[in-house]
Amino acid sequence: MEELMEILQDLHPDVDFETEEHLVDDKILDSFDIVSLIAEINENFDIAVTAKDILPENFNSARALYALIQRLEEEA
Amino acid sequence: MLFTSYEFLGFLAVLVVLYYLVPKRCRWMFLLGASYLFYALAGTEYLAYILFTTVTVYYAALRIERNADRQTAYLKEHKGKLTKEEKKAYKDRQKSVRLRWILAALLLNLGILAVVKYTNFAIANLNGILHAFGEAFGKGESRQFSFLDLALPMGISFYTFQALGYLIDVYRGTVRAQRNFFRFALFVSFFPQLVQGPISRFGDLSQTLYAEHAFDKRQVSLGLQRILWGYFKKLVIADRMLVGVNAVIGDPEAFQGAWVLVGMFFYALELYADFTGGIDITIGIAQTLGITLQENFERPFFSKSLKEYWRRWHITMGTWFRDYIFYPISVCGFMQKFNKFSRRRLGEAVGKRLPVYLSSFVVWFATGIWHGASWNFIVWGLGNWAVLMVSETLEPLYDRFHQRFGAGGTGYRIFEVLRTFLLVSALRTFDCYRSVPVTFRMFGTLFRARNWNILWDGSLLGLGLSPLDYGILAAGTLLLLAVSLLQRRGSVRERIFAKPYPVRFILWYGLFLTVLLTGAYGVGYDASQFIYNQF
Amino acid sequence: MSENERNAESAAEKARREDSTESVENKKYRAWLRGIVSALIVFTSLYLLQRLLVPKYVDDVVEGAFIAEYYGEEKDFDVIFIGDCEVYENFSPAVLWEQYGINSYIRGSAQQYIWQSYYLLEDTLRYETPEVVVFNVLSLQYDKAQREAYNRMTLEGMEWSPAKVKSILASMSEEEHFLDYVFPILRYHTRWSGLSGTDLEYMFGTKPVSHNGYYMRVDVKAARDVPKGRILADYGFGEKPLEYLDRMRELCAKKGIELVLIKAPSLYPYWYPEWEEQVEAYASAHELRYVNFLELQEETGIDYSTDTYDGGLHMNLSGAEKLSVYFGRILSGEMGVPDRRGETELSLSWEEKLAAYEAEKQEQYRYYGMKQ
Repeated sequence: MEELMEILQDLHPDVDFETEEHLVDDKILDSFDIVSLIAEINENFDIAVTAKDILPENFNSARALYALIQRLEEEA
Repeated sequence: MLFTSYEFLGFLAVLVVLYYLVPKRCRWMFLLGASYLFYALAGTEYLAYILFTTVTVYYAALRIERNADRQTAYLKEHKGKLTKEEKKAYKDRQKSVRLRWILAALLLNLGILAVVKYTNFAIANLNGILHAFGEAFGKGESRQFSFLDLALPMGISFYTFQALGYLIDVYRGTVRAQRNFFRFALFVSFFPQLVQGPISRFGDLSQTLYAEHAFDKRQVSLGLQRILWGYFKKLVIADRMLVGVNAVIGDPEAFQGAWVLVGMFFYALELYADFTGGIDITIGIAQTLGITLQENFERPFFSKSLKEYWRRWHITMGTWFRDYIFYPISVCGFMQKFNKFSRRRLGEAVGKRLPVYLSSFVVWFATGIWHGASWNFIVWGLGNWAVLMVSETLEPLYDRFHQRFGAGGTGYRIFEVLRTFLLVSALRTFDCYRSVPVTFRMFGTLFRARNWNILWDGSLLGLGLSPLDYGILAAGTLLLLAVSLLQRRGSVRERIFAKPYPVRFILWYGLFLTVLLTGAYGVGYDASQFIYNQF
Repeated sequence: MSENERNAESAAEKARREDSTESVENKKYRAWLRGIVSALIVFTSLYLLQRLLVPKYVDDVVEGAFIAEYYGEEKDFDVIFIGDCEVYENFSPAVLWEQYGINSYIRGSAQQYIWQSYYLLEDTLRYETPEVVVFNVLSLQYDKAQREAYNRMTLEGMEWSPAKVKSILASMSEEEHFLDYVFPILRYHTRWSGLSGTDLEYMFGTKPVSHNGYYMRVDVKAARDVPKGRILADYGFGEKPLEYLDRMRELCAKKGIELVLIKAPSLYPYWYPEWEEQVEAYASAHELRYVNFLELQEETGIDYSTDTYDGGLHMNLSGAEKLSVYFGRILSGEMGVPDRRGETELSLSWEEKLAAYEAEKQEQYRYYGMKQ
């Protein structure tokens, strides 16, 4: 989780990822952010986030994103 | 059938009345029949195309889902009995089956789209190349291919994308496949959106498309009001403006310099009123039938950047390209490798961006050519790409600039909005002039313009628009602006709906009379026609 | 307004509604009343708007009013003329009555195409069966409508009947639409910017502009250097006009009406010898009487220096009266159209008409500064 937080803070230093629950719906993360985020996550966690995982509910909060990472780690 | 034809209005009136007369359970079937009738009226020869897409996508989706379900069941049954390797091998095998199905369906449907839409474009380019070779080698006459006589089936770009979006969703497992063939056929052919979108997602549209819709006075009223508003935009503003656009853009030799700017703004307004008006009619029809369609616009001309504009203009198309082209390309294995590679070679800052720029390029090329088979649209799409990438790259610089000079007040925001409008309008002229070189040449004349006096010396009256027309256009545009400003605080129609009946009546009947009396439709009354020529 | 405020407001409204002691019955009644009143306002205002916006054809382009005037008549005519300006400017029913006691009417309109003439005949037959129908052959040259404005001037004046519907369908060009004829407001919706006092004055009524379909002009413009016709690629009449000529002939035969073909003595538009041959052949093949006034200059006494008001295109009053005297002799002498001057009622109505005829004559002489 900490590792993820670091990646997120790097991307948008001005956003409070602990509390923000609508990262996608409120357009805080745009498509470019999501793509660079995935590149970082794939590398750091050694998983493969694919296009079908890019759903608002997976990217709306840091917690949801972490849950996705865990799920993919499990599957791998 | 054009939205603005009497036939369409008649079709619509009969449809709505009958729709609420047939039993609730059968309403979606009735809509299917009406949609196919609508399609057949455009040309029965096109029915084969839409049927083909419906059948192939329907079947492929079922096969894909059956395979996925079988896989889940198998894994559940053999839970704990399989080694990790066995599990993986089984999954991969199943996945390749699904992949075969989706690839086959994608290739077939995109293939048809490509053939009917792009064959002649390809032939024209090929002929150009052959001609150039012929010249270069001094062979004189070079071999030239003749064009195919292929009519573009109505709405093929829209329904193909809508159907393929569904297929990909089923493949990804985000929606369940529709088992009832006729229900699926309605999803593909739902008539109001065949003409110009929006491109609906199965996950959204299936929520309301098949539901049993009881007659709801409020929904029907709001829907009809939206249709009327759409006609106002189309008939009073867009079709009137079109006269001016055609005059300026149609004759680039005569209309240069400052005229280019005039044509640019005329076209921006015409396109906005025409497209958003058409979508208002589409969504209004759906609402009248109790069906909710995705919004396609969110006051795009209030955007403060091109990026924001593309989130607010033709939204359903933008998200389609994002979800089904941009994301898959950006996160695919090759791109991930390319990402690592470029970051290692070019450093974090540049290397991180390169892959995104590359996949954006593909998306914008596709967006351009999807709009139309010509270089105009390709250059327009890539022009958007270039501007987006430049501003993306310079964003940190902007941020610093904004912080330093405290830009963020209303004045600055208005500046940003106007800047974006100008940019969007300028890019749009690429799909307006007859060719790309002409567009560039016209922009050249704009920067050397000496004829600014045309803006006030009455030359504007030589475009086929009278002072009265300009008055109507100005008033209509102001009304659009006012309504857009009001919309920021929620639906204007719903607010009017809460008003007492006489107020509502006056407002909506007033709008109806405005469309009736100032709409640019029918055999235009031209007083000079009635001056009796002696025979 | 925030979401909460909106909710609060609608809740308050609901409470108000529940507070009211109105019965369900009463509410239903009010909703009906509201609907009926709204519909009344909508239809009345649209009707008034339509009346206001349609052209009135009383001042400048009076040709558009001719067709409608017929319906106000007694409809007991022995001779009916159908055709274009070559009938309504060249024959004077007033003279036919005065000289021969022939009760006639001209159902002419500007550039009336032959299918329109045919359907006007059908329309006329709904009311009466004349003894003689006179058709001017100039319009045989057209196989499709040339201008929407002319369609309008012929078709709008007709009362609704199957004949009118068929005539509209036969006349419409591609950009025209049937609905525009049913609801002319759709056609004239932009006319509000050019309305004049006349449009208000004649919103519901009109004034007579013709004399039994005759359009009177007393001024003179001598014919000079009438241009020769251009060479045409094809001199054969089209299929459509010939079909309607057949239908016209058959309908007349069926009703026991004698059909007479004429060609008015207009020097222009040019009447080609090739056309003349075809008409002559047709007339003799079907034993129809055909009178070409172009060849009867001596007999009729037409003088192109005094008898035309536009250089040979149309007759003026003097020319029309000369033609009427000549043609009346054929109608009454050779064809036996009865002299009805003995009928009191008819004579009385003609007396009025002749007075109006005379009055307009004098007014026009004054207007053009001519003395009689």
